[in-house]
Amino acid sequence: MNYVIIGNSAAAIGTIAGIREIDSAGKITVISDEKYHTYSRPLISYWLEGRVSDKNIYYREPDFYEKNGVETVLGKKVQKLDTANKSVVLEDGLSIPYDKLMVATGSKPFVPPMNGLDKVKYHTFMSYDSAKAIRSEIKDGAKVLIIGAGLIGLKAAEALTAYNAKITVVDMADRVLPSILDSRAGAKMQKHIESKGVKFILGTSADEFTEHSAKLKNGMTVDFDMLIIAVGVRPNTELIADAGGKVERGIITDMTQKTTLDDIYSAGDCTVSYDASSDSEKILALLPNAYMQGEVAGRNMAGREAYYVNAIPMNAIGFFGLHIISAGDYSGEEYVEETENTYKKLVFRDNMLKGYILMGDVARAGIYTSMIKERIDLSEVDVEMLKEKPQMMMFGKARRLEKLGGIYT
Amino acid sequence: MKKVYVNEDWCLACHLCEYYCAAANSGAVNMVKAFSGEKKPIPRIRVEESDKVNFAVQCRHCDAKPCVRGCIAGALEIRDGVVSCNEEKCVGCGTCILSCPYGCVVMDEDNHRIQKCDLCVKNHNGEPACVAGCPNRAIVFEER
Repeated sequence: MNYVIIGNSAAAIGTIAGIREIDSAGKITVISDEKYHTYSRPLISYWLEGRVSDKNIYYREPDFYEKNGVETVLGKKVQKLDTANKSVVLEDGLSIPYDKLMVATGSKPFVPPMNGLDKVKYHTFMSYDSAKAIRSEIKDGAKVLIIGAGLIGLKAAEALTAYNAKITVVDMADRVLPSILDSRAGAKMQKHIESKGVKFILGTSADEFTEHSAKLKNGMTVDFDMLIIAVGVRPNTELIADAGGKVERGIITDMTQKTTLDDIYSAGDCTVSYDASSDSEKILALLPNAYMQGEVAGRNMAGREAYYVNAIPMNAIGFFGLHIISAGDYSGEEYVEETENTYKKLVFRDNMLKGYILMGDVARAGIYTSMIKERIDLSEVDVEMLKEKPQMMMFGKARRLEKLGGIYT
Repeated sequence: MKKVYVNEDWCLACHLCEYYCAAANSGAVNMVKAFSGEKKPIPRIRVEESDKVNFAVQCRHCDAKPCVRGCIAGALEIRDGVVSCNEEKCVGCGTCILSCPYGCVVMDEDNHRIQKCDLCVKNHNGEPACVAGCPNRAIVFEER
């Protein structure tokens, strides 16, 4: 069997793991337009901050490809899929044949059209190269304007404080991290980040950029030495769309991760997933999701039936030492506890836990995650214990012993 | 593979397993040294207690291993079925804490990286300190 994987991040590595569980002999070729050994995309902010070394940004050991019998074609972009001849055509004209193909092309930074943006230099922050570009240009104490108060923008802000940067973050939304936090938790996080010297201007957007300056729609002007655009990402779906595969907001796959094209699979940030907590189709651009989808795809590519189920939105992240873990869907009946340094919100619907936000104290959050993923009915747990904190005690004895593998007496 | 199991009928909630665990993984030569510093070492086993029942919980080294699969840094490793953390690679993002259905991954004293049970394979104990230290033999290390 001849496997070809386009992409070299988590979904690709998961695919290799899935294939090699079943097929130790088949040929695997990884193609990526980035020239690096597989690295962890979420670690670029830690690398920029100086917390992660050049060596530790890599997602797998240096001998990973060798150990897994993987050939790499790095620094080359795929131009198109030739499905009639079952081959992948590179920009330099080279054609690589496949029996089974994985398209794990991830996503790219979304830069909306903004007045004057074409005349100023700006950075995005999604790849090792983009982090290197920022590192090579950032000067101690520089004024940095970040457009976007989401995960990427705030991670960039955190990293750049290591360079004593004077940072201003602008976002159209009226709060930070709108994709994972509610307004109360967002306000808490904003205050925390502000206490580290980062300035926020929310509820407005850039009207016009000129060299080293941005005029905002609220009339304010922000000067900058460096501009970073972090308003969002868009999935890389072109290869599949151009080949006639079904694409909506992302690449459409079935539960085996197969696209609508024969022998072509897809996984990770470029795909649409089924969110089990809200019963809806979503792009779940999360590293664990990418890896596990890849793994399921790999097994199927190697001939063993496997299904990817129970995916939910979930995030673990921290800013300046304040940790957040959140998961699931936030529409339903709320239970909220708040102290000066912590925030807890649990959301119940259909007699199940459907979502949660924990900030400050994130201990044992995974017990809540499992409640959502396993769709455990509240009648099976002690709800007061559930509300108090994540604990195995809340489960009845039978389920607890089953989970922990304990002794029945 | 041999794992640690807890008989919840025998657990006295004395928390000694937590102390033995924390001390064994602190690198200190004995319990007194381990707990005499300013920063108290954090156990990787945790006792849950109520007026009806008590039990200790630690990493199940489960088959699904969502912590390893989801690790953003590639810091969680599996060797002979034992899941352990490469502390040099961990950035403490907490994705494993988000993923573990047993609640068995904990932040370290500095809130900077995680720590978890590795069945004491990496410390000088050689076998699980919680098992050796349990006065009521409520914690066992065996094949099932």
